[in-house]
Parts: sequence; structure tokens; C-alpha cells
Amino acid sequence: MTEALPMAGAAANVNLAGLSKNDYRGAPSTLCQGCGHNSISNQIIAALYEMNVVPEDVLKFSGIGCSSKSPAYFLNRTFGFNSLHGRMPSIATGALFGNHKMKGISVSGDGDSASIGMGQFKHIMRRNVNMVYIIENNGVYGLTKGQFSATAEKGLELKKQGSNPYMPVDICMEALISNATFIARSFAGNPKQVKELLKAAIAHDGIAILDIISPCVTFNDQATAYHSYAWGKEHEMPLHEVSYVPPRNEIMLDRDLEAGELREVAMHDGSTVMLKNIEKHYDPTNRFEAMRAMEEAGRNNWLVTGLLYVDTTKQNLTTQYNLVDTPLNRLTQADLRPDRSAIDKVNALMF
Amino acid sequence: MNKIVNDFSIIIGTKNGSGSSTANNTILRSIFKMGIPVSGKNLFPSNIQGLPTWYTIRANKNGFIARSDHNDIVIALNPDSFTKDLASVRAGGAFFYADDIKQPITRVDVAIYPMPIKAIIRNDPNVPSDFRDLVGNMVYVGILAHMINMDVEKINAALTFHFKGKQKPIDMNMNAIKAGAEWAKTNLEKKDPFYLEAMNKTDGLIMADGNTAAAIGSIFGGVQFAAWYPITPASSLAESLVDYLPILRKQEDGKKNYAVIQAEDELAALGMTIGAGWSGLRAMTSTSGPGLSLMTEFAGLAYYAETPVVIWDVQRIGPSTGLPTRTSQGDLSFTYHIGHGDSHSVILLPGDITECFDFGWQSFDIAERVQTPIFVLSDLDMGMNQWMSKPFEYPETPMDRGKVLWEKDLDELKGNWGRYLDKDGDGIPYRTIPGNKHPASAYFTRGTGHDEYAKYTEDSSVYIKNMERLKEKHYNAKQFVPAPVFHSMKGATIGILAFGSTEAAILEAQHQLANEHGIKSDFMRVRAIPFTDEVEKFLAKYDQIFVVEMNRDGQIDIILKGEYPQYSMKLKSVAYHDGLPAAATWVREGILAKYVKAKSKDESGKMKAEVKKSAGKKKVAPKASAKKTLTKAKASSKAKAKRK
Ligand SMILES: Cc1ncc(C[n+]2csc(CCOP(=O)(O)OP(=O)(O)O)c2C)c(N)n1
Ligand code: SF4
Ligand SMILES: [Mg+2]
Repeated sequence: MTEALPMAGAAANVNLAGLSKNDYRGAPSTLCQGCGHNSISNQIIAALYEMNVVPEDVLKFSGIGCSSKSPAYFLNRTFGFNSLHGRMPSIATGALFGNHKMKGISVSGDGDSASIGMGQFKHIMRRNVNMVYIIENNGVYGLTKGQFSATAEKGLELKKQGSNPYMPVDICMEALISNATFIARSFAGNPKQVKELLKAAIAHDGIAILDIISPCVTFNDQATAYHSYAWGKEHEMPLHEVSYVPPRNEIMLDRDLEAGELREVAMHDGSTVMLKNIEKHYDPTNRFEAMRAMEEAGRNNWLVTGLLYVDTTKQNLTTQYNLVDTPLNRLTQADLRPDRSAIDKVNALMF
Repeated sequence: MNKIVNDFSIIIGTKNGSGSSTANNTILRSIFKMGIPVSGKNLFPSNIQGLPTWYTIRANKNGFIARSDHNDIVIALNPDSFTKDLASVRAGGAFFYADDIKQPITRVDVAIYPMPIKAIIRNDPNVPSDFRDLVGNMVYVGILAHMINMDVEKINAALTFHFKGKQKPIDMNMNAIKAGAEWAKTNLEKKDPFYLEAMNKTDGLIMADGNTAAAIGSIFGGVQFAAWYPITPASSLAESLVDYLPILRKQEDGKKNYAVIQAEDELAALGMTIGAGWSGLRAMTSTSGPGLSLMTEFAGLAYYAETPVVIWDVQRIGPSTGLPTRTSQGDLSFTYHIGHGDSHSVILLPGDITECFDFGWQSFDIAERVQTPIFVLSDLDMGMNQWMSKPFEYPETPMDRGKVLWEKDLDELKGNWGRYLDKDGDGIPYRTIPGNKHPASAYFTRGTGHDEYAKYTEDSSVYIKNMERLKEKHYNAKQFVPAPVFHSMKGATIGILAFGSTEAAILEAQHQLANEHGIKSDFMRVRAIPFTDEVEKFLAKYDQIFVVEMNRDGQIDIILKGEYPQYSMKLKSVAYHDGLPAAATWVREGILAKYVKAKSKDESGKMKAEVKKSAGKKKVAPKASAKKTLTKAKASSKAKAKRK
């Protein structure tokens, strides 16, 4: 893409990929007014725009649910697959082999990933597929009208459902146990953090799990519910302030200024994630720390947010497969069909 | 005693896991190398060690090599099945047994040969003690070899192949065989009529199993992605991909242009395959019935999203602890309507090893051409047993990648296209593939709820139009699928219709019906659904058509009756299923049980009139629309089906 020249009239509205924000938008949302999922879609648009990602270079995936509908509401110019309930990870795993240079951006729900899709959710993490995996977590099934999801807290009272008798699944804890290489939690009511974490997730080479508490204003937004706006605002406990520093700006950082307070995580693409710790010197490369932060938050009723864990040393799935440089889906018969002499060779291998 | 030469069966009864498969394969391969038509079928339980298992070999100079249910020679090595094995020998047959089994011999009408296997192997100084059980199996090969005149040279060739030329194990096994043969020579007196004599009827043929053939065929089809989950009898298909891909698609820099993934279950296996197919790769999965059940929702999605994928189902009995290691043709109805709502699957039905190979590569062409999941229904008998076969032949047509639009195509169209728009009137739309950089290339993939431009809609008229197009597309697929194979007899009065691995049994039954009952038949083996035009012609031609298949309910019979209600009165189901590979007996008896002799001209005339009447009443809409669109479709792109 051509770079925008300083003289060009609309330069201010065009990013380094030469695209305007409109190039990142999707169809108008059909979700409820005020739904957390909408605000996340907006941050996805903003993050990709600010990172100069070319829409044709990424792929969108989702399962089934209100959350899983949202990929229709961003990135019109990006191929997308609205798959089956709980089965998005397998579709994405296969699709990303088509062109190993592409990255996946997927949206799922707490029902989609923590109930019906728990198996695929766990397995995509251990395979380290190169994909941002957002779980828009509202503690309920929105699309089927307000049943308990597996992340609903014990004792949650919902209309028609009564009181939830079961312990909740903690998505980030599951991710940590399954060896995910990037684990973050955020809150749709904190759009700046959502955006910065999204950028960090996009820069990560491998699976990036983003558990974003995303209130369902229609079925689960009473002030006492863990997945409500009010509760989140009251109890949010960010581990740090997150800012994403794109690769080309790195040298402009004044590192000394906030020394001791700042923690940097270098990403594969040369960018940096800056974490300004708020209370403690939190180290997101330490699994024990991550476990402790989550356990502590659980005991104290905090909604702990931020980059909980990151490991930039692991290879992503397609890299592990040592594929040819040309995307597999651009190969032709000449590359794929063994030549004529191979048939004799094969017949000779039979008895 | 009259000699019986090159026309008998051998059944070896052992314990599962006793290591007898090398020995049994050696017998099979030696007979094959002697030029005698032969088959070998492993009848095994779902167990790793301990339960009874049988291996049946049929040598037949006339080429009738379906499983025989006459047990001419029985070799009993398993005390647990000894009584049953002894009872199973046909009168005048031969019974070899390991003499450490001390059980009463109750038969006087068979030749009895005790074999001191343990003693012979103990006396062989070349066999280390921990190899005695394994190599001991070769002693019975040696004894049998001497008794039926099996050629020692050919045995050596079989072992050399099996041990990939490694001299030490070849020698060790060969010595045990020689020791057995030597012992038999001095201690046994021939009392049975069975002999082998060299022929030249297997010249130029190979031996292979269908799963290996399917994997290699898929590689010649350019497979790029395979995801699978282990299940008998399908596992060896994916495992063969893993074996042969590095050999056949080797790159100098060691980089790979393919990927094989063992998924966490069959849902994920098909999900990954669909993702890869959607993303422009030649993608496949392989499973058996229980796995196919799990794939149902995804199969339906691929049908509606119009994603090309290939799904091999190596059929077995199921589910759970059913008879998972027994062969079957029981998944046809289920596969035909897999998914939910209305759906019709394109199904390929290979009947032998070359077809497993051919359909391996052809299935990708059809999948990409028609943009739909292609199901290939093999079975355990074909998939896992060694069959004689013509050598594999190099694909005679170039790869057909179907209707794909890349950047320059979209430039030419000025970005004006619709993912589900039927531009050519054949029901098959154009598709773009992720990675296409054209700003108008992308679309959002969903199930049924989309319009011609892949935009979300729940509009009824759009839905109906799309559903009708999908139906039309299905029937149009008949021009791309393989045509039936015919085995005709002059003066045939009945038709026999079947599919898959039953061919050998039917050919033999056809012969018996003609020679022993004076009923001449025309046998059509269907190789795909949707049915090609030959099928209707065949149904029109005969007054009685016997539909032979290995399941309880007569599944292809039911599908045929639905497609061709005008002929349903002529169709007679001969469905039988006991878990064993097809044998001529049940085919013949099944046909005889339903055969109606046309007594007089009057009566057959009456029958014809009735058929006509019912044909007139029920006109089938899908057939009519298929015909209409068929003429529009391009004949040039027709995948040429090989006919034998
Ligand atoms: C196999 C299957 N079972 C059930 C459903 C019905 N269903 C649709 S969405 C949904 C729950 C979605 O919940 P969640 O993933 O939390 O998304 P939300 O709507 O809350 O964003 C269910 C059960 C389905 N579509 N498919
Ligand atoms: S029901 Fe809940 S989750 Fe669904 S769109 Fe409305 S607010 Fe969002
Ligand atoms: Mg939810």
C-alpha cells in the first residue's frame, strides 16, 4: 500500500496502510444497545486501524452466540467464518494453514468457549495457533435469552433461571493450565485497556487469549452480578496500565523516565508492550505470579485486569510445521502432484 | 483321491496378538507370487491380546476370491476356539492343529495333522528363546507349505518384502519354515486332496490394502491438509498419509507443502478440514461410522457453506462396543442425508483397491468442482485387508480446481461477483479464497442464512431459491462422478445392482446362478451417488433387479426407490449383514429366495403394464430439473470415469 504523503488532503484520516477507519468497519450491529460486545467491536476496529493492519491480511472467525455475530460488525474487507457453536477453534486451525502469513482474529462467548466448546478451546491453546482469541464474557447465554453460562458465579440469581448452583469456570485460569502463550483479562467498560491489550495480542505470535468481561445489558446487568457494568467498575483492579508501542517508535521511548515502574515485554514483531504497574511489580512472564494474581483476585472479589501472562519463546503452529514460503493455497498442480515416475516407485513399494 | 488344485480355502484360528499376522501374510503372498488368484481376510475381534481371531485365505484358479464359507483347510492354534474350529472343517477337508492343545478329536471325516510346533522351535538353535512364540508361527507355514506344495522361493520373496530385506529376521523365519517343512516331510502322510500349482494369473498385479491405496491416491490428488482422529478401521489411512507424504512430496529444503494433524476428536477433525478447504487447500479427513456421527453438524455446515472437503468413511459396525472390527456397508443412508434439514450428499463408492486409489485423487477434483463435501465410503474389508490389484495408474486428467476467482479475475469482473450467485446456471457459484488481496474478495461465511452475495438474510424467498439451487447442484454433480461398472452376461434376464466390496462375491454368485440355476444376469456396480444416467437405464431394462448390500435394511435399495419410484416395484432387496466380508452363498441364496420366474408371456406383460402405470403416476421433480440443467453444463469439464 502507498504511504500517505504529508501534503495529501485527507492525510489525517488515513493510516500508514493508506486506509481510513471506514475500511475497518463492518455491517451495522444488530446487537442490543449498550451491549458490551459492541464496544469491543469498536476497539477491534480502532486497534487494527492504529496498527495499520491491512484487512485482507487477517481472517475473522467466530462460533455461535450474540458475541459470535459481532465479526460481521467489523472488518468488512476481511474473510470471515461464522462457524458452529463451540467449534470455531477447529475451523480457524485448519483455515490458517491456507496461508501461514495470515493471522486470525476471533470472537467467541463464554457459552461458546467454556461450555460446548471447552474441548476445542483447550486444544487450540496447546497447539499455539497464531490467533487472537477474544471471549466476550457475560456470564449468560445472550442469544438463547438468558440461561446461566459456565462462567456465571455461584449464587447468581437470574430471571426464570433461579439461583446458579455451580462454581464458575475461570477462562484465564483454564488458559494458563492449557499452556496458552498470551493471557489477558479486560473489561468492556475500560475501552482504552481493551484496545491496548488487543494491540499487544495482535502483535503476539501464537495464541492470545483475551477474556473480556462484556456485560449483557438485557439478561445479566444487575449491579450485584460479576459480569455487570456496575460491578466491574466498582471492583476492577488493573495490574498495570498497558500501552502498546509499535516497532517503529521504539527508539523514541524514554526508558529512564519511569524506571522501576515500567515493565517491557518485547513481542516477536519487534514491538513492545509497556506495563506500568499500579500496585505491585507484576511480572507477566511468571506463571506462578499469574496464578497468584488470579487466586488473590478471586478471594478478594476483585476483577483483576491486564496482561496476566505472556511467553514469547514458543513457536506458533504453522511455524512448527515448517511449511514452504509460498502460502499453501497458492500452490498449483506442479507443486502438489508427484510426477509420472513416482507411480512406478509407489507400485514397486507394494508387494 | 482326486486332487483339488488351486481351489480351496485355508482358515487359521489363533489368539489375537499372538503375532500370527506375519505368518498369515506370508502364506497369502507366497500363493500370490505363485501366480494363483488369492485373497486374505483377517476376521478379528476388538481386542489387543487374547480373544480368538481368524485369518481366511481363498485361492481360486478361476479368480473367484470372495471369502468362502467352506472351510477346506483349518489350522487350529487357539485352544479356546479348538472345538469350533474342528467342527468347521468341511467333510473331506484337512485339520492341522498345535499338538500342545490336548482336546478330543471328534471328527473321522477329515484329515487330521497334529503339529509339534513348540518342540520344533525349541530344537532350533538359531531362535533366541524370547523369539520362540513369534517365530513359532512360521513352523505351521512350513508344515502347510510342504503339505500343499507351496513354493519355498516364493516364501522367501514374501519374507524379504515383509522384513524390507533385513537378512537376520529373514533367515530366522526362513529357518523355522524349513524346519517345519522338514518335519512334515518325514512325519506326515498326505491324506487330503489340496494342492497348489504355479500359474501366471497374477502377473503384473500388486497386493495392497485400500487404506494405503486411498492415501497414496490422495497424495497424487495433491492433498495439502488432513486432520483425523484414530479409529479402526480408518486409522491406517491417515497413518499411510504420514508414511507416504514425506516420500512422495519431498522438497530439497526439507520444507513441507502439506500438514497432517491428529485432532482431539472427529468434530475437530472435520472442523479443521473444513477450515482448510474453505481456505483453498485440498483437505481431507478419514474416519469410520462413529466418527462420522460426530461430524454430522459440520458436514451439514460444509454442505450449506459450500466448502470442498473429502471425507473417507471406512465402514465398520458400531457404535461403542458393537462389532467395531467387523466390516459393513451400513453408513450409506446416514451419509446420504447427513446434516440437518434437507441435504443430499455426493458419495463415491469404491469397490476395489484401484478405485480406492483413483477416488483418492478424483474426490478432490469433484469436491472443488462442485464445492461440497465428498464422502468416500470404503469398508473394513477393502480398507484393511490385502487385495490383489492392478497397479496404480497415474491420474489421466489434470487437477480441476473448480471455480475460483483470484485477484486478476476480480479485476476483470470489476469486483462484481457474488459468492452464492449462480452465474453459469449449473447451481455452482464462484468462490474466493482467503489471502486474496482484492478489496472485493472477502465474504463472511455462514450456514443457510445468506443471500447470493453472502450477506445475512432470513428472507423466505431467498432461502427457498438457495435451497433449490443446492438441490440442482447436487443432481448436476452426476456428470462429474464415476459411472457404474458392468459385468454383463449374454441373454441376461435379471439385473443385479450393488456397490463397494461385494463385487467378488457377486461375480461368483452370478456364475453359480447361471451354471447351476440357469439364471443369467447383468450386474451393475454403482460407483457414486447422485446416480448417473446409466442407473436409470439399467432399472428400466430388467423386470427384476436384485439390490445386493451388506446391511440389514437395504439402504441403497431405499435410496433407489426414493429416486426412481416408477421402478420401485422391480427392486428386490438382498440385504444381509453378519459382519464378515461378503460371500457368494448369501448373494446367491438371497437372489434365489426372491427370484420370480416369468411364467408366461401374459404374466410378464401384466407386470410390465403395472410398472408403466406406476411410473406414469409419479413423476419426480428433482430428476426433471436435473435433466434440464444438465444440458446447460459444460461437458468438457466432465471427469472421465474409467470403465472396466
Ligand atoms: C449445537 C448448538 N446447540 C445450541 C445452540 C443454541 N445456542 C445459540 S447461542 C448459544 C449460547 C451462546 O452463549 P455465549 O457463547 O455466551 O454467547 P452470548 O450470546 O452470551 O454472547 C446457544 C446455546 C446452537 N446454536 N448450536
Ligand atoms: S442479549 Fe445480551 S449479549 Fe445479546 S446482544 Fe443483547 S445485550 Fe448483548
Ligand atoms: Mg455469553
